[in-house]
Amino acid sequence: MTTAPARLRFLETGLKGAAARLADSERWLGALLIAPAIIYIAALVGFPFLLAIFYSLSNATVGTTSVSFVGLDNYRAVMESPTFWVALKNTLIFAIVSQVVVVVLAKILAMLLLKEFRGRWLVRLLILLPWVAPISLGAIGWLWILDSIYSVVNWTAQALGLFAPGTRPIYLGRPDLAMGAIIVVHVWRTLPLATIIVLAGLSSIPSDIIEAAEIDGAGFWRRLFQITLPLVMPILLVALLFGLVFTVVDMIVVYVLTRGGPFDSTQVLASLAYFTGIEGGDLAEGAAIALFLFPLLVVIAILFLRIARRAEVT
Amino acid sequence: MSTVGTRDITKLFDRVRAVDSISLTAREGEFLVLLGPSGCGKTTLMRMIAGLETPSAGDVLIDGAVVTDLPPRARNVAMVFQSYALYPHLSVERNISFPLRAQGMDKAEIRKRVEWAAGMFGIARLLDRKPRQLSGGERQRVALARAVVREPVVFLLDEPLSNLDAKLRTSARDELKEFQRRLGTTTIYVTHDQVEAMGLGDRIAVLDQGRVRQVSTPSEIYHEPADTFVATFIGAPPMNLVEQDDTILGFRPEHFLPLEMGEIDANGRGTAGAAGGEPGMRLPVRVTRIEYLGADQLVYAVLEPPFPETHVISRLPWMVPFTAAQGERRDFVVRPVDLKRFDARTGLRIDGSGRR
Repeated sequence: MTTAPARLRFLETGLKGAAARLADSERWLGALLIAPAIIYIAALVGFPFLLAIFYSLSNATVGTTSVSFVGLDNYRAVMESPTFWVALKNTLIFAIVSQVVVVVLAKILAMLLLKEFRGRWLVRLLILLPWVAPISLGAIGWLWILDSIYSVVNWTAQALGLFAPGTRPIYLGRPDLAMGAIIVVHVWRTLPLATIIVLAGLSSIPSDIIEAAEIDGAGFWRRLFQITLPLVMPILLVALLFGLVFTVVDMIVVYVLTRGGPFDSTQVLASLAYFTGIEGGDLAEGAAIALFLFPLLVVIAILFLRIARRAEVT
Repeated sequence: MSTVGTRDITKLFDRVRAVDSISLTAREGEFLVLLGPSGCGKTTLMRMIAGLETPSAGDVLIDGAVVTDLPPRARNVAMVFQSYALYPHLSVERNISFPLRAQGMDKAEIRKRVEWAAGMFGIARLLDRKPRQLSGGERQRVALARAVVREPVVFLLDEPLSNLDAKLRTSARDELKEFQRRLGTTTIYVTHDQVEAMGLGDRIAVLDQGRVRQVSTPSEIYHEPADTFVATFIGAPPMNLVEQDDTILGFRPEHFLPLEMGEIDANGRGTAGAAGGEPGMRLPVRVTRIEYLGADQLVYAVLEPPFPETHVISRLPWMVPFTAAQGERRDFVVRPVDLKRFDARTGLRIDGSGRR
């Protein structure tokens, strides 16, 4: 005997009730809210990762239509190639040197930025700029700075009489200088993020503690090494970890500046994987090179997170 | 033992005079309390003495020598912060020995001193712990031990008890006073809690708006306030103030008694009226409310003509039988000796006994 409007109203309250139940149920709402992240990670990280593992165990190339399983052949081939070992060594040098420099510089910069001075916001903005600038744009700027003929560095040094006339170091064309050059550019690029991370860590130290140390007779160095550094150490380690992982998996500076040259002296694993797998067309071997770093990175990550937790203080 | 003080010291924060030309000296071995409402400049004054803040004008003196331009570590002052400011990554032992290691003292001597300081504050068994494993009271003791361990010329204590719970605060206050007496070190203590100030201080400096209103013993601050600010800031409930022509009359709630009480007690102890033979000043009031507080009862009332309509409070011991209906008219009295007079314009005492 229910009329149509009444039935409608019944349906409406039913729906409203369901919505309210959903909003209150942590289980369903939680699942719903986290779903996009999980789908994203599965589709864009998980699936390519599994695909890479599959490729590395196969004979896939860019041109093949049928793929067959070849076991560990690719890994064996990679291990036998001298270029791979050069790239591995370069990767370690590149990552460790650049990130140690970055952490030290970031700490110094952050300490300067912590002080109150006129125009501090402007300096902070300038320091962040390399981070927000498109990397290809920045790298092309560096390409010009490091050019053998048009280099501003060379011109300035010659004008100041630091270089003998006619001296034009070919920064990107000599093995030793090229590695130095890509490290400098990479430091320039990753310093802002590290600085901001360290700055956040430094400003979280209560000023009371620094002042107490001052009154207790500690000078600048004692405060730095016995109070400030131990207190920001966990955050410093996090910055270092991010920097290392980010550097090891990244190839853009190498790709734009040197393409791995001269004579593979700046070839890193990420760029080698790209040149082998994409430009060289050997997907299987490229995947094997790329995957080689995975266990290493996992170990680094676990190690650092453990240290960071142990150093945690409140 | 040392004297520690300031001479015409001023601190400006963007044109605001946080501290306005204060000259104040803590005598040798004295416990001097800086008391005032928040924002009165007491902490800024202490921080300038410590060297954490640079004065805009004036000087800090230790044993008569100007130390204004010396950094904190060259002054040999010790400070206990409100937050205790323990070094969270160091053990209690390392916290206490930090000032000694900064001095480059040799290890055996450091161990001896740390044991002495830890023993004095009863924290010897905590030496291996980290600050986060300690209770509030234990942290406070570690902070005190760190302050005393190097025998500074002065202790600066910035509300060191305010982070403790109420019960602990009372016992910590007793202990603090006891330690200070035993060490005999000149101490400057900042607080906004008048009970703490009265209980601890040899002398109290009452500050307001960057200026010293009165420096005196707790009893004199209470009984002979120098102006209306001190009169109302000290005491809970505060002194009653009644404007009469161009003077202000002030009387403490416990001196403001019902007329019959003054007449009943002929001995005059703690009573009004008949005490010294002089008649008490009669004030007609309308009772608005009576509050029972256990040991005391507070009678809230409004003065009746010829006095201006002013809210006043009387504090009676619980054993005094006093009942009044709301709105009932009663007569209260104050002994002349308990009446303080202030200038209505400047707020300063005019009957001369308020000393600065």
